[in-house]
Amino acid sequence: MSGVTPWLTSSLVFLGAAVVAVPLSKALGLGSIIGYLAAGLAIGPFGLGLVSDPETILHFAEFGVVLMLFLVGLELEPRRLWALRRPIFGWGAAQVVGCAVVLALAGWAFGAPWRWAVVAALGLALSSTAIALQVMGERNLMPTSSGQAGFSILLFQDVAAIPILALIPLLGVAADDGGNAWLEAARALAVIAAIVLGGRLALRPLFRWIARSDTPEIFTAASLGLVVGIAALMQVAGLSMALGAFLAGVLLADSEYRRELETDVEPFKGLLLGLFFIAVGMSVDFDALRQHPGIVFGLLVGFLAIKAAVLWALARAMALPWQERPVFTLLLAQGGEFAFVVFQAASSAKVFSAEVASVLIGAVALSMLVTPLLLVAFDRWVAPRYADCDERPAMAEIDEPQEAPIIIAGFGRYGQIVARLLYANGLKATVLEHDAEQIEFLRRFDFQLFYGDATRLDLLRTAGAATAKVLVLAIDDVEQSLKVADLAREHFPNLTVVARARNVTHWYALRDRGVMHIERETLDASLMSARSVLEALGWQPHRARQLAMRFRRHNVEQLERQWPHHRDEAALVSMARAGRQQLEELFAQDRAARDQRRREGWGE
Amino acid sequence: MAPVLVLAAHPDLRLSRVNRALLDAARSLAAEPGAAVEVRDLYALYPDYVIDVPAEQAACERARLIVWQHPIQWYAMPPLMKLWLDEVLTLGWAYGRGANGPGAALRGKDVWLVASTGGAESAYRPEGYNRYFFDAFLPPYEQTAALCGLRFLPPLLQHGAHAVGAEGLRRHVAAYRERLASYPDWPEMAELEPCPACDMPPGDRPADPMAAEKAAA
Repeated sequence: MSGVTPWLTSSLVFLGAAVVAVPLSKALGLGSIIGYLAAGLAIGPFGLGLVSDPETILHFAEFGVVLMLFLVGLELEPRRLWALRRPIFGWGAAQVVGCAVVLALAGWAFGAPWRWAVVAALGLALSSTAIALQVMGERNLMPTSSGQAGFSILLFQDVAAIPILALIPLLGVAADDGGNAWLEAARALAVIAAIVLGGRLALRPLFRWIARSDTPEIFTAASLGLVVGIAALMQVAGLSMALGAFLAGVLLADSEYRRELETDVEPFKGLLLGLFFIAVGMSVDFDALRQHPGIVFGLLVGFLAIKAAVLWALARAMALPWQERPVFTLLLAQGGEFAFVVFQAASSAKVFSAEVASVLIGAVALSMLVTPLLLVAFDRWVAPRYADCDERPAMAEIDEPQEAPIIIAGFGRYGQIVARLLYANGLKATVLEHDAEQIEFLRRFDFQLFYGDATRLDLLRTAGAATAKVLVLAIDDVEQSLKVADLAREHFPNLTVVARARNVTHWYALRDRGVMHIERETLDASLMSARSVLEALGWQPHRARQLAMRFRRHNVEQLERQWPHHRDEAALVSMARAGRQQLEELFAQDRAARDQRRREGWGE
Repeated sequence: MAPVLVLAAHPDLRLSRVNRALLDAARSLAAEPGAAVEVRDLYALYPDYVIDVPAEQAACERARLIVWQHPIQWYAMPPLMKLWLDEVLTLGWAYGRGANGPGAALRGKDVWLVASTGGAESAYRPEGYNRYFFDAFLPPYEQTAALCGLRFLPPLLQHGAHAVGAEGLRRHVAAYRERLASYPDWPEMAELEPCPACDMPPGDRPADPMAAEKAAA
């Protein structure tokens, strides 16, 4: 083993633990988060001791939370964020202040010094964004009113963490470092302004330039680089990295690169978030637990009960549907990763001793461990009772349809006409186009479209292919079109595919893939021209239309008949000849019938 | 149970209450195992007004009862239903030349009009805003049937289609469904007059317009 670098062994330990624990936990019906936490417990300093430095890992893995908030931001256009301002600042402030005041009073009543009580209360009032958002995502709660309320409160907590951290040195007995508060505030404001301005003005041209290079991995690198850069910038200004990433996400939410960014960042977020949960599992301090088991458990039960009571009252005040209240309360009652930071800062500012800090941190980590278990228990034993009177609650008013029922792949001349008819009738489609120039040109006409290669399975999935009804396959490149048709058939049997065929061979190939709605791109235009020719020669326009329509029906039927034989060239040629003959006979019969009608005096 | 063909024609089923309910009833009947009901929703089959004449004629030949199910629009049938008559009921198939010659494909079959009107029954009176009894609008239907040798059964009507209550609609649909299922064993069948014969006298029209030209030449 001497030849193996430590980096490789620790990666192996992490990956191995996750690969064993998570599927096991899922199979037991406990969800992925418990699996990660258990993996962390197992390999941490208090388990097998395979990894000794959970702090560093936790710091590194925090980036998973940052990426998650970037993704959340991507889903939230500025307009919708603005619509959420009341829940964020109203309910968010109510939750943080409400919980903190009650917790502090309780702590003071139990005889804790008031400084301890205040700092502990502020730290414990915060909840775990990572676990809450992950659970809400898994349960598809985001569109519900409790999901929106929970999300707003979590967002406010991210903002509130900044003044809380700023407050700690003032409460501490350590010497004040004499930093200029005004200067700090000004710097923070300047950074946020820079992110907003830069995001608005510079990001889009930058991504366009990168997209034009047509190197997918560079686009991925740029996406990650963007989030890392903003996180660093926020850290310099002493702000929450997650908040900065969230802002950047919001700024890019209405850009054409949103789906591609989502798809690129998603796997990194998943892995890092897993690492983060593992690190939380590792940092459960069993020493503190062993020394003061009573205090830790009392603290755990006490703060969960108090927060739950405050949150339940809040849920009633917000008039959340009562079926959603238990999960909302449970998710926000737990302590959060930010508490670790607060308590560490407090102990280094000498508000209280390191021992107190480790007791508090132990309680918070335990609460994060217990919450997923409580949720499982709730699902098993409590939720079924609700099921009897289960009237699915109405969607909240801030909600809008999350996924368009239509995806249009390819936005050239063909896709545009399809989309325009749909838009004109109030139907929104998710449009994917891989040509950056084309997108730039079309955005001026106010189309909502996304940069991305529809032949990528993950991108189709982000575009909502799993829930959409119709996929319009309007890509002009035959090979790519067939590739998407394959993906759709294999992975999204729910989709009705409506396809554009460049020619008859393409038509056959699409039909081979089970596509039932195929239009040859030139057929109808040519028939319209043929009608114009007939009209120019003096035929009655209606008669020209009738003939063209009949021709069309015959032609389409002929194609359907030939399809089973399309690999057999000889059969095809003879069928084509027979088809042409049939068509001539058809029109000859038609003419004969008309002559007969005229002869028999029934007129035209 | 004798084979029944339902020809439904409503240009915008979203706006329909009566015809949509009737169509659903006919479809559910057709879906039953052993059912002899075929439903053809003309506006769904031919949104571009390009009727597949051979397919329609074959469907008629299979049936013993043809149902025309549609709303009354401007005192007549919707345009695609009329186009169906124009294109499907061709000379030499549906009518013409003698009782048993070509043009007797429909002879001896029945046709049944199932229609709805927007106006209430009281509107179809000399003092109402439609000025005529509803029967006054039926002769074109009756004569179309007669010329093809189809017996015109007493129509099933729903007046005031926009105002009919849920209970009234339910009864109407149930009656329709019951009739489709029990055809031809309807109580009034025995008392119905047979289809009037309307053979055109041979001299009514020139047998061959070319003959006159030849005679002139």
